[in-house]
This record gives sequence, C-alpha cells and structure tokens, in this order.
Amino acid sequence: MPTEKERRFVGPRRGQLIFALFFFLFSAVLLALIPDQTRWVEKSKFVAQPRFWPAIGLGLMVLFGGLHLYRLPWWRATRYDFWEVRKWFVVLEFAGWFMGYVVAVPIIGYLPVTLIFVPALSWRMGYRTRFMLGISVVFAVAVVVLFKGLLSVKIPGALLYEYLPGGLRSFFILYL
Amino acid sequence: MDLLISAFEILMRWDVALALLTGSVGGVLIGAIPGVGPAVAIAILLPATFSMDPIVGLTVLLGIYGSSMYGGAIPAILINTPGTAVNALTTYDGYPMTARGEPRRALSLAYSASFFGGIFSVICLILFAPVLAKVAPMFGSREIFLAALLGLILVVVAHRGQALIAGALAAFGIFLQTIGLEPVKYSQRYTFGSDFLGGGINLIVVVLGLFAISQAFVLLTDEDERIRLTKLRGGMFQGLRELGRHPRVASVSAAFGVVMGMIPGVGEFTAQFMSYTYAQRTSKRPQDFGNGSSEGLIAAETANNAVPAAAMVPLLALGIPGEALTAMMLSVFYVHNVVPGPGLFQNQMDFVVALYLALLILNVLVLIFLLFATKSLIQVVRIPNRFLGVCILTLSFVGVYSLRNSAADCVLAAVFGVIGYILKRLSLPSVPIVLGMVLGGIMEVKLRAGMARVKEPLDFIDRPVAFILFLIIIIVLTIHIRRVLKDRKELKEAEWQTRNSSIRFGKLMLRRRNSFLKDRGKQVRARHSKRLRRLTGLF
Repeated sequence: MPTEKERRFVGPRRGQLIFALFFFLFSAVLLALIPDQTRWVEKSKFVAQPRFWPAIGLGLMVLFGGLHLYRLPWWRATRYDFWEVRKWFVVLEFAGWFMGYVVAVPIIGYLPVTLIFVPALSWRMGYRTRFMLGISVVFAVAVVVLFKGLLSVKIPGALLYEYLPGGLRSFFILYL
Repeated sequence: MDLLISAFEILMRWDVALALLTGSVGGVLIGAIPGVGPAVAIAILLPATFSMDPIVGLTVLLGIYGSSMYGGAIPAILINTPGTAVNALTTYDGYPMTARGEPRRALSLAYSASFFGGIFSVICLILFAPVLAKVAPMFGSREIFLAALLGLILVVVAHRGQALIAGALAAFGIFLQTIGLEPVKYSQRYTFGSDFLGGGINLIVVVLGLFAISQAFVLLTDEDERIRLTKLRGGMFQGLRELGRHPRVASVSAAFGVVMGMIPGVGEFTAQFMSYTYAQRTSKRPQDFGNGSSEGLIAAETANNAVPAAAMVPLLALGIPGEALTAMMLSVFYVHNVVPGPGLFQNQMDFVVALYLALLILNVLVLIFLLFATKSLIQVVRIPNRFLGVCILTLSFVGVYSLRNSAADCVLAAVFGVIGYILKRLSLPSVPIVLGMVLGGIMEVKLRAGMARVKEPLDFIDRPVAFILFLIIIIVLTIHIRRVLKDRKELKEAEWQTRNSSIRFGKLMLRRRNSFLKDRGKQVRARHSKRLRRLTGLF
C-alpha cells in the first residue's frame, strides 16, 4: 500500500529514481569539470567572470537535483524502473530514422528522400493500406512544395542533383 | 488616433492579410488535432518565418498561438480529449453537454466565450498601451535583470509539488545558454574542444527537440485511439445569445486571463482555475459544475483565450517572455533586429499596436471560420496518432535543418527530443529549460551591465522600480516557503494521523514516553515479551 508521501508525489513512480540519480551525477560531473572548461580572468569583476554563470547554472542543478533526489519517496529501484528505462531506449529507433533522413537529404535530395522516408516510416508504423500510403506520398510532396518551393526555406540542393541536365538541375536545386 | 492609423497602415498589406488568414485557419486546425498543439507548430514554423518581414512572421505565429485554443475546444467537447493542454478544463463541462445531446450548444458557447475573452484582452491592452509606454522606460539593466529573475522564480514555483526539479531544469537551461564562446572575454565555455559547440546551443534546436521531436516520439510509441464523433446539426449562433446571459462570469474570467497572462510563468492554467472557482462559488447552481454547466464552460474558455494577448505584454514591454511560446517568438524579433523592450514602446509604438490589432482581426476571422466550418473541421480529429507522429518528425527536419544546414544541430535536436520524451513520460516540466535558456541569457547580459555602475550591493535596488521588483521577489519566495512548510506539516499530520497534536520531534518523544509509562503500555510490552520468549524458545 502506498504511503502518504508516495500518494502525494506528482507523476508516476516508474523511472523517477533513475532519472533523478542520473541528473544529479551528470550535474556533479559537469560542475567538477568547471576549472577545465571555463576560465578565470584576472582584474575582472566577479559577476563578469566567464565562469560565473556556468557556476550558477551547475551549482543550482546540483543543489536542486540533489534535493529532489533526497526528497524522493523511493530509494530502491524496482523492475518497473528498469522497464521504464527500456521504454526510453525504444525511441532511439525513431531518433535513428530521423538521423538517417538528415544524412540522406544532402546526398540524394529533399524531395526523393522525403518521398521514401514518409511512406517507409508509415509502413513501419503499421499503415500498410494503399489509402494510407497514398496519403503519405501526398503529404511528402506537399511538405517539400510548401517549405522549399513556396516558403524558400534554406535546404541545400543534393549531390545527386549535380548529375541532372542544365535547366532541370537548377530547378531541382532551387525548388525541390 | 494617429497611432491607430499608422498601425492600420502596417497591416494593410496583402502578405499580412495572407499571414492572418493562414495563422488563424492553421491555428484552429492545429488546435483541433489532439497531440499537436501550438508549441509544436510554432517550433516547426519558426525558421520558415525568418525570411519574412517581422510583422508577417509574427502575425502567423500569433495567429497560431491565439487561435489554437479555439480549435482545442472541439475535441475537448466532442470526444473528451483536449486538443491543447489548456483545454483540459473545457472537457469538465463541455463533454457532459455532448453526452446529454447538446454538442452544438457546447461548441457554440465555447466559441463565443473564447471570442469574448480574446477581444476583451486585446481592447484592454490597446487601452493599456500608453500606460505601458510610460512605465517601460523606467526599466534599466538592473530592473530587467530583476524582472527576468522574478519570471524564472515564478515559473519554478508555479510547478506545485515539482518545484525542486523545475528549479533544477531551469538551472539546466541557464547552463545550456552559457555553452560556447563567451562574447566579452572571448573564452570557450564547456565546448570540450569541439567546433560545433563553439557556436553555442541554439534555442530553436532545443525548442524543436523538447516540443516537436519529443511529441513525435510520444505519438509514435502510442496506440491509435478509436474515435466516435457526434453528428452536428443546425446553426452555431445560439452561443452568442447564451453568453449574453452571463456577462458577469464572462468579464471576470476575461479579467483573470488578462492579469494572469501578464505575469510571467503563470499563464492559462492559473487564470482558468481562478475563474472557474470564482464562477462556481458565485453560481446559483454550483452543483452543475463538472456536469455540463454553461457558466463553467464560459469561465474556462474565456480565461484561456484572454491570455495570449496579455502574455505579449512582458515580451514587448520588457523583452522578457513569460512562457515557452512567447520565448520562441522572441527569437523572431532577434532575427530581424527588432529588440523588444522599453525602446520598442518608445520608438515603434505603431508596430506594437499593429500586433494587437492583428490579434483583434484574428479573433473575428477565427469566429467566422468556426461558425461556418466546424462540421467539416471536426474530421481532423480522425487522423491516427502514429501517422501524426510520422508527420511531425518529417516537419521537424525542416525546422532544425533549415536553421544552419547543420547535421550537428539535428543530432542535438534528436538528443533533446529523447530528453523531452523522458520528461513527458515522467510528467516532469520541460518549459523551465526553455525559459532558463532565454531568461538566463538576458540575466547574464543585464547583470553585467547593471553591476558596472554599482559600488555596493544595496545600490542595485536603490531605484524605485528595482526596489519594488526586489520586494516582489522576496514576497514570492516567502509565500512559496510558507506553502512548502504547510504542505510538509499536512503530510506529517496525514502520515501520523495526529491532527490535534504537535508534530515536533520533542513533543512526539514526550508522547511516546507517556504512553510507555502508562498501564496499558506496560500490558502491551508484557504481552510482546511473552510472545518473543515463546518464539526464541522454539529455536
């Protein structure tokens, strides 16, 4: 049965201890690195020192992070905590999809990669009907046309576009 | 009058009109899709607005900010799922109305209340602008530093029960903005010798990671929901008439929205909570609240829609954003070299009034759009969650990559996406990180400038505005510490179930001693020692 302190805790129990512990250790390590990573300038005011604000930020991180850890109602990790951590690692797959997209665009081109990325990820997520794949293709084209063609956001032309013939090449670099 | 005319001249352009239309319709659509929300949309669109004129870019973003709450009421009322986080209170009375067969009445009332809240706040602020123009120049470096500090403290203490971790995350934001080349002494801070950290961590990369990419991860790992939509029949105009029957609730709620919106870190939730509580306490039928009360719906919707215009006040007058959305808008100002703050009110008052007028027009456009297009609009609720996740991930790429065409930025955004996902899973706030970054940067610059003319520490608060701000900080901290102590006392009382006895350690020991010495205590101890003897006798 949960105690009164556990009942009043805001948020779920799973993962809290591991997050708080990691946050505290991460802050403490960064604070310990402060002499190496920042500089103390002679004949300069205390508040104008380059070290002043990193010290404030990291000092408060250690202080508040430590107090948060100390005030946690649970001090023992359970299997639910480890299941939660496994759940955090699941999203690394999607982070990988995102990074793959980022790496492929400057080589293959924004339009072709988006046309592959959106339907492929939709397929991976279980949308395998012809209707949903069609919608993904339409969405991919709409995004490229809207952002690169109409709003002219800065996405450079791909390496592959260099092999296209004259007029088509500049059209692809500018709009697709 | 001249001011109004010049403000209208700024707005009388085809691109501004297009931005108004896109922002209002886009905002309603984004608000109506549960799981997207204005923060995600603004984060994605931010880099795209950098190539536009400041007024055009800001109008699009303001349009999304101001109109998303209108759209958010649609799923809140029809399927009991708030479209944006601030529509959560709308479900309390909106959905019960749908359940008893009055979805049209609930929607029309929500639109009318939102419209009233939006218009009320804009009119208040246009009238208030000359006063602000007089007050804003009184803010020098020290005052802006103290105001930013106050904003940060308010953001932290607003997270009741999570203030410690909110403080730690705000400090993380302050640390993040210090990474890179320090601009005065030209020394590297926490770059670990790498080039890509030398340029610092861009706010938009962090915002996109924490809001957009993390939301995509949440949706991609979520299940699709089965949605059953109620059919809407008839017109949507009856809400305007019904709103007219509750002028007191509507105006008090809008006033709460305006006041709370101006205070950094407070925002929609507090405004809604206060106006809902007020409406319930003063209602003739308080038992209806939570069961489909029209007054409850009016209080919730009016208060949340009065906030966006008011939230622009600290941003425009002092350059201090009070929440994540206005923090994102601050970067649009900086990109165009328009520095919000006292100077903006002194030199470009017409620009400020033009922004408020844009908000006014926006509210009218949104109401007209919703009154006629709700029936078709409700279909967006059907978009499956995980497909929405695919769309947000695709759009996030545009936002991050178009900033500097840097793959390193994308890696950082993905890292912050994972951090944001973890924070969401643990129900921890990510807004303090963003505000820590923005306000930390402001505080660093202003403290350095302010201390240049200060000989003794007390000289820092020798000007009236600085002293008032300092007093407010002390009051806020005192109230917070008192509340924490009260919560601890309540916790101890609940744990020990001793409401009428003291919970001090000494008194507790005294009570123990007394019970120990009483006859009953002796009997109990004798029984226990007898059992213990029997038990040890077994072995």
